[in-house]
Amino acid sequence: MTAPQPATTAAPGPASSGTGRRRSGRIVPYLAVTPFLLYVTVFLLYPTLIVVAGAFTDDANRPTVTTLRVLTDGVYLRAFARSIELSAVTAAVGAVLGALLAWAVSSGPPDGPLRRGVMAAAGVLAQFGGVTLAFAFIATIGLSGFATVFLRDHLGIDLFTGGVWLFDLPGLMLVYTYFQIPLMVLVFLPALDGLRPQWREAVESLGGSGWEYWRYVAGPVLLPAFLGAALLLFANAFSAYATAAALVSQGSPIVPLKIRGFLTSEVILGQQNLGKALGFGMVVVVAVVMALYALLQRRAARWLR
Amino acid sequence: MTAPAPDTLASTAAPGRRGAPAAPRRRRPGAARWLVLLAFGVFFLLPLFAMLEFSTRQAGGRSFAAWRAIVQDPDLVSAITISLELAALTVVGMLLLVVPVATWVHLRLPHLRRPIEFICLLPLTIPAIVLVVGIAPIYAWVTYLLGDSPLTLAFVYVILVLPYAYRAIDNGLGAIDLRTLAEAARSLGAAWPTVLARVVVPNIRGALVSASFLSVALVLGEFTLASLLNFNNLQVTINLLGKRDAPVSVAVSLAALLLAFVLLLMLSYVGRRRGSSGVTEEG
Amino acid sequence: MDMKLPVPRAGLIVAIAALMLLAACSSPPEKSAGEGASKAANATSAADVGGLDALVAAAKQEGALNVIALPPDWANYGKMISTFSEKYGIKITSAQPDANSQDEINAAKQLKGTSRAPDVFDVGLNIALANTDLFAPYKVQGWNDIPEALKESGGKWFSDYGGYMSIGYDASKVPAPTGMKDLLKPAYKGKVALNGDPTQAAAAFNGVVAAALGNGGSADDIAPGVQLFADLKKAGNFLPVDPTPATVESGQTPVVIDWDYLNAGQSEKLKGKLDWKVVVPQNAVVGSYYVQAINKDAPHPAAARLWEEFLFTDEGQNIWLGGSARPVRADAMVKAGTIDTAAYAKLPPVPGNPVYLTEAQTNAAKEYLASHWTQAVG
Repeated sequence: MTAPQPATTAAPGPASSGTGRRRSGRIVPYLAVTPFLLYVTVFLLYPTLIVVAGAFTDDANRPTVTTLRVLTDGVYLRAFARSIELSAVTAAVGAVLGALLAWAVSSGPPDGPLRRGVMAAAGVLAQFGGVTLAFAFIATIGLSGFATVFLRDHLGIDLFTGGVWLFDLPGLMLVYTYFQIPLMVLVFLPALDGLRPQWREAVESLGGSGWEYWRYVAGPVLLPAFLGAALLLFANAFSAYATAAALVSQGSPIVPLKIRGFLTSEVILGQQNLGKALGFGMVVVVAVVMALYALLQRRAARWLR
Repeated sequence: MTAPAPDTLASTAAPGRRGAPAAPRRRRPGAARWLVLLAFGVFFLLPLFAMLEFSTRQAGGRSFAAWRAIVQDPDLVSAITISLELAALTVVGMLLLVVPVATWVHLRLPHLRRPIEFICLLPLTIPAIVLVVGIAPIYAWVTYLLGDSPLTLAFVYVILVLPYAYRAIDNGLGAIDLRTLAEAARSLGAAWPTVLARVVVPNIRGALVSASFLSVALVLGEFTLASLLNFNNLQVTINLLGKRDAPVSVAVSLAALLLAFVLLLMLSYVGRRRGSSGVTEEG
Repeated sequence: MDMKLPVPRAGLIVAIAALMLLAACSSPPEKSAGEGASKAANATSAADVGGLDALVAAAKQEGALNVIALPPDWANYGKMISTFSEKYGIKITSAQPDANSQDEINAAKQLKGTSRAPDVFDVGLNIALANTDLFAPYKVQGWNDIPEALKESGGKWFSDYGGYMSIGYDASKVPAPTGMKDLLKPAYKGKVALNGDPTQAAAAFNGVVAAALGNGGSADDIAPGVQLFADLKKAGNFLPVDPTPATVESGQTPVVIDWDYLNAGQSEKLKGKLDWKVVVPQNAVVGSYYVQAINKDAPHPAAARLWEEFLFTDEGQNIWLGGSARPVRADAMVKAGTIDTAAYAKLPPVPGNPVYLTEAQTNAAKEYLASHWTQAVG
């Protein structure tokens, strides 16, 4: 048989990688991880540090808190409020609708063409943001869009009687759901797959109805995964920039657009540090959300292993 | 008893009592399900159809002139090439970076699992618009050392795909009995690189394919970093084109979408053959 | 369970700290240019390199030029680029045509030392004033024809062309407006677009100034301008769409508030397809000049200087005139009889005295906009 090694297959717990191992066995894993850590440090952690540092300096590169204090000015608080509103609404709508679609897909054969097609489509559409998505919606319900013209000519409905909302927050909400729903499907489907058919049978055999199954068994099991996915959707919408940049050209209502304004405005100059401060604010908000998400993921994983 | 088919499990489990009501209960989800799928299908296909309609508009009829123009515009062709090359580079970089780390976290470094998961969630936490502010000095060095090609964007794209890639590969590794496989290979005298390349990778092929999926889709759709770092990738060029020549821009957007969709669909057939459980129980 | 291994963790921290320190002083070393290039790089006029012909020779040797933010239909830049390219055989790379002045400066800073850095800039005045340390001083041969107020005495920046704020409109869809307040009429419902966000784009900023002048304000008081746009928004006339040649052609933006040369350029381009007319609003004449500058670290210094020389020759200035912009040497050229009289006559008439904002007025206006624009229009 093989020479006995301390960490053999039977141990379900994590192996202690120190006792009794040869030295090379200790170093080799770290050799593999170090390039990864270095890479991440250079390309991710360091830029973040620059932004955080920039949030705490003023134009003359001296440390100060005034830059951050400017953030409490009404204009920026309103921008944060609108960003949060946009993200919350699209996360909620996306989560509910996405869960519905995921249910519709998961109740079919796992290798069938429908599931493959929907998963491929979801993979594409979840990343389909920015310019292409903006153009798609302008082509659909823009001023000379297909649906606008159709509704106007055939049904007499003018979509824009209340003003052109497509290029404002309501428009952003509609457009964002277009990639939030596929993202929800991608993230939530594995959780739905984890629902064992035996649970359904057990409920049935005990005389429960479908509603009771969902209410007492599947619902609580899925809830952490659902909430976690919804939080992910929130973070996704909050950080989204390209779509808003392509769609909205007046007013910079949300925070990423305000950051763009600080970086590229040719009218109001010298506000790069304010942009970094706003960026820092964004990182804080998203960090809180992601921490909650990670917590919920751990809860969810317990049931669906 | 006959081998249980998924749809009849309920009825066989409760033979007499719930037999009759079980059957109609099975059918109702079917109808509701198709209704839901139809509704979503319309919602998602409508903008794509509108893009097709817009890009083929011509004074007094339909024309595919905009589509033909895609291959005639040199800027566009070069941008498409660059984006495809970036996608390939990002996938390679991601695989090289993530697979060893994920494997070792599973095998030998479980106490690093939390920090690495956290690190891999960071790119989702730090919005691209914020990242680009801080990454400009790094890119000054990168372009100094490696020249000025848009392909240097691959470095930062690997970071962007980290969350999705790590999660997919981590799940894949969790689904196979990695410890057994690795120990078996080691006991037969394989060195670690061999273990990785010839034992681990073939068994998580599905996860690797899935991670590559997401990477390709992300790279093809990335706009923020490329535009704010002054590179001309596909999305930046589409945006530019949209100001001058909207039908061509919409046509190429739709083409990019369809291409990505076809790619992912093909990859789903490649990945599924082995399934996610690589090790079959053979007694 | 897990043995804490302090060593790797500490190592990580040390590594990060070290990188942080590196951060403070990191900037890649400059690529040293060749000898001939440095001669051109320090030239402050054609005489410094030995005359115009020597400059042409040096530029041809460099063989390339990087320009940025020059859309082909902006003041006829397309023709300018192709004429220069053909005349001297120098390949011009026109990057980011839809960038604005700040993007140009950002690109210069980011691409510093690379071969893709922009060689020359065409920026708004306030951007130029804020970034003179990036420019190399140079006086073109037509230097004396440029009015004193429109150039920096050392040659770091100098005006090239200018225009007035105007209203461009599709004559078949809307009636002709005469002043800014006309746009509040119901005939313009859902049709009026502004070229950009005034807190970000100079053209839009000047549009708001024009609105202020036309709504009872003045160069010192921009509030009525913001109010006019708030009223337009409330009436449903304001279209928050960014007007581009594509939107004008497709009819999405039938009324565009923009520079007169841009609107006039659209008229030319769409002749036969769309009846696009341009009018400078009554009593709301806001003028502005753009300025040229040469990048101090230009990768092609001789070509950059030759480009500037070309822009200020009669030929170059007339090309701009052909794009309905008012070239800065216009007065001198009229006197000398070298101006393109046909194009000159086609310029939109200017009903009233033009107003040029001073630096102080601009700053005051910017501050007001920063705190009030989003609310007015959002």
